[in-house]
Amino acid sequence: MSTTTTPPTTLPAREATPYVGSALDRVEGLEKVTGQARYAFEYSPDDLAYAVPVQATVARGKIRTVDVDAAVKLPGVIAAIWHGNAPRLAPPENAELAVLQSREVAYRGQYVAVVVAETLENAREAARLLRVDYQVEEHDVELRADHPEMYRPERVNPAYPADTEQGEPDAALAEAQVVVDEIYSTPAEHNNPMEPHATVAVWDGDGLTLYDSTQGASSVRDTVAPLFGLPPGNVRVVSPHVGGGFGSKGMPLSPVVLAALAAKHAGRPVKLAVTRQQMFAVTGYRTPTIQRVRLGADTEGRLSVIVHDAFEQSSRIREFAEQTATPTRMMYAAPNRRTTHRLVRLDVPTPSWMRAPGETPGMFALESALDELAVACGVDPVELRVRNEPDADPESGLPFSSRNLVACLREGARRFGWAERDPAPGIRRRDGLLVGTGVAASTYPVYRVPSRATARAEWDGTFSVRIAATDIGTGARTVLTQIAADTLRASPERISVEIGDSALPDASVAGGSMGTASWGTAVVRACEALTEELDRRGGEVPEEGLEVSADTAREVGAKRRFAQHAFGAQFAEVGVDPDTGETRVLRLLGVFAAGRIVNPKTARSQFIGGMTMGLSMALFEESVMDREFGDYLNHDFAQYHIAACADVRDVEAVWIEEDDPHLNPMGAKGIGEIGIVGTAAAVANAVYHATGVRVRDLPIRLDRLVR
Amino acid sequence: MRPFAYLRPADAPSAVTASAERPNTMYLAGGTNLVDLMRLGVVSPEVLVDVSRLSADAVEEGPDGTLTIGAGVRNSDLAADPLVRRRHPMLAQSVLAGASGQIRNMATVGGNLLQRTRCSYFQDVTKPCNKRLPGTGCPAREGDHRNLAILGHSESCVATHPSDMAVALTALGAIVHVRGADGPRTVPMPGLHRLPGDEPERDTVLDPGDLITAVEVPPLPFAARSRYRKVRDRASFAFAVVSVAVALDVADGVVRDCRIALGGVAHVPWRAETAEAALRGSAATEAGFADAVDAELAAARPLPDNAFKVPLARNVLVRTLIDLAEAS
Ligand SMILES: Cc1cc2nc3c(=O)[nH]c(=O)nc-3n(C[C@H](O)[C@H](O)[C@H](O)COP(=O)(O)OP(=O)(O)OC[C@H]3O[C@@H](n4cnc5c(N)ncnc54)[C@H](O)[C@@H]3O)c2cc1C
Ligand code: SF4
Repeated sequence: MSTTTTPPTTLPAREATPYVGSALDRVEGLEKVTGQARYAFEYSPDDLAYAVPVQATVARGKIRTVDVDAAVKLPGVIAAIWHGNAPRLAPPENAELAVLQSREVAYRGQYVAVVVAETLENAREAARLLRVDYQVEEHDVELRADHPEMYRPERVNPAYPADTEQGEPDAALAEAQVVVDEIYSTPAEHNNPMEPHATVAVWDGDGLTLYDSTQGASSVRDTVAPLFGLPPGNVRVVSPHVGGGFGSKGMPLSPVVLAALAAKHAGRPVKLAVTRQQMFAVTGYRTPTIQRVRLGADTEGRLSVIVHDAFEQSSRIREFAEQTATPTRMMYAAPNRRTTHRLVRLDVPTPSWMRAPGETPGMFALESALDELAVACGVDPVELRVRNEPDADPESGLPFSSRNLVACLREGARRFGWAERDPAPGIRRRDGLLVGTGVAASTYPVYRVPSRATARAEWDGTFSVRIAATDIGTGARTVLTQIAADTLRASPERISVEIGDSALPDASVAGGSMGTASWGTAVVRACEALTEELDRRGGEVPEEGLEVSADTAREVGAKRRFAQHAFGAQFAEVGVDPDTGETRVLRLLGVFAAGRIVNPKTARSQFIGGMTMGLSMALFEESVMDREFGDYLNHDFAQYHIAACADVRDVEAVWIEEDDPHLNPMGAKGIGEIGIVGTAAAVANAVYHATGVRVRDLPIRLDRLVR
Repeated sequence: MRPFAYLRPADAPSAVTASAERPNTMYLAGGTNLVDLMRLGVVSPEVLVDVSRLSADAVEEGPDGTLTIGAGVRNSDLAADPLVRRRHPMLAQSVLAGASGQIRNMATVGGNLLQRTRCSYFQDVTKPCNKRLPGTGCPAREGDHRNLAILGHSESCVATHPSDMAVALTALGAIVHVRGADGPRTVPMPGLHRLPGDEPERDTVLDPGDLITAVEVPPLPFAARSRYRKVRDRASFAFAVVSVAVALDVADGVVRDCRIALGGVAHVPWRAETAEAALRGSAATEAGFADAVDAELAAARPLPDNAFKVPLARNVLVRTLIDLAEAS
């Protein structure tokens, strides 16, 4: 039987069910598991050609000659492009983007040429045959705290002062009853989202379409357009589905520019996929750090002074200064405090954002040092942190809009069975393993930036919400659907959220754990405006639909009256083989206080995903710099170890709901990054408790424990 | 594209003939190592002779208890074989400790024995390496050698052989059946793999065109009590940092016989003959085990960044001996 229904011209009754806070399934889940969801590499416009880049094989020098003869003679080769024949680009702010514009080589692995061919196989072979001859210069790729070229950057990422000082830290250290003064280090680590970077670039006259794997369509458009002398409106970036990024797809980098440049030169649509190996050179990484932490306290563990000095690296062509010591500015009360950042420019690839840049390495050092202080004072490490809880933000003096670190510590201690813990190190054995437990705090700032959105009511009773947000696998599309549903008081099935396209209203990148807060605010404002307009019209939707838009620039730009951060506490239990030093994390519990949790299902994935990445950082991840050749040597997954399933045994995350009216309409803090912050310290502290050996240099490899 | 010919001969003799008739030929089995190396440009054969479907894909028991394992037996099938599990638990354990389930389903016994080193420089064609390009130098010596050899290395190469299975087979004294241009022959283990000397490009004593057809494991009743212990940087899917394959025969507190091999320490799966000799007839005590192991490792010449492998090998070998002695 078939009936025709006339679409209603007035909306059905509004629903009161709150969807924010419910575990709505991923709205694009079916599309993904059935292979319908298209990722950048899967777009294949007509007349497509393939681009394969050539990477520098010296760490520093100048290109003398490029011999493309053999390459272009191969069948099916369309073009071989290098600085001698590449289209000219307008000089970018980020020199990483000036691809094939000069003969200078700033690091090994930098793109120096690209070959375009009819097939991927021919392009690869041609790239292999292309000969680049270099005038080699001596390189320096080794980070040392005493490097003579260490300098103080103007700002650290994104815009914090490099150094801060309060009180008289040196005098306070001299007077302190108990002092911890240690050096910690973290290695370079590479973001490795499941989907490597890929771009399909299509020119149409002066118009450019980029199907790109990115964390921010608007920002790719705004970055790429001026390079080619185009108004932003001429560039469209399409990225409906992205297979992870962890920050590596947050800033537009050389691959997307190279794809556009190759397509322009070849006069053909071009597909460029970054290989896993190339990702160890061209798509950013977490800078290695050397950190000196000094704590001064009384015998009860009350801090009088904290000094945190961080040393890091960047490349010759771009200053990326990570904010390693910034969490030390707000974590604990202490009247005297100094934090500093020093940077050295080496002949290395350019570091960039990797999940919780700054907080992640910084909190490894700070939270390890706190554990050392707890041991030195004989105070329980949970209690030590509680004792040093500040009343207001130690740096700005502003009150915290909400701060539940203590509640997280207490709740975690209760769930983990912390009360029974004997602090003595190296004395517990279970199944032949030395076992121990450790705790560390987590934190992440609340960021929010302006975005725009439109909301539209259709004649058939459905809604669409449009915003150039990105879902990198986090569940952003789902969460925005929930937020729109509550504001519109309509069920999620009636709402379609369109994201991942720069043609949609401008939005910030999926980064800084600020997607939900930034995009969500714009979605709420647009949906509110639409509801008002509908109310004014007595609920009637005109045949052509009704659309309103919102821009949160004013609202988000307002000066903050509160310090705003998410907090957490992580508890780890480890087992260490006394003969081999092999360390396994037996249990990991995270308790987080991050405002209102919009979707418990996707939130849990973010928390345990972050913690798993933190576990991986604690025990395995390490990009090994080859001093002789100047590249990261272990550039594949057989060599760069990421936790395997067998390493991830029992990871649990829970949260304390916060009702914080000062954040945003959703009351949400970010959750994408906090899970990785503190995990490595919790594990290292547990290893100390298990073995009596304090590992201050990550990762906690077995050779650091075997005796 | 780099074209290559692909042949699928019906039996071992025709595979050998096919390979002898053409230059730059390689055998392809599961392809889990060879195809990776081709992609990386480390090897570029012009002809691939697929030997993965030759009939030799079973484990057979001879009248005296000898097990003959076809070269094409998949690693997963070898590890699951009831006879192997009962008679030579360390062999099954060694296979299961390697790679991942997916790779073991593809990988064969022949290919596993002949897999190449995981030295980073060997796998990176933009860098020199004596094993890949003889005479270009060995950057690992001054560079990254954390997971390379402590025993038997040479000026020209400090690589390790990465196979787990080969360590157990070396302890068991397996015999490799080979068919070459001059017909069939056998090669004992240890003896298949060679130390690098000044010819690091040669991993084994085999000649080009030699086809492994089977591996024979002679009976060794006391190997029913044997163990493979692999130390690795993560809980699974990582090559050995150090591994040990041990079979121990203890009666009345005295070691009657034993078999020991070490992995991750040398260019070959390292048969610990010195330790074995010291242990035979000695008291099965922790002190006795430690002395024997120290005697073996006295020959170690670690490099700066892999010196930890000496105490590591010592600890894990002594522990495995103690555990086996206690279990008897
Ligand atoms: C990510 C990863 C992790 C791994 N981890 C481990 C590990 O932890 N432990 C471990 O032991 N191994 C590990 N391996 C290696 C794996 O065991 C080998 O790749 C596999 O055993 C090779 O077998 P194959 O049949 O695929 O050989 P192929 O790749 O087909 O061949 C390997 C070599 O053997 C030659 N060959 C094959 N068969 C014959 C024959 N019958 N006669 C003569 N020559 C022959 C080929 O020409 C080639 O040179 C890992 C591999 C990968 C990719
Ligand atoms: S150790 Fe051997 S394989 Fe590694 S670089 Fe040296 S010669 Fe090559």
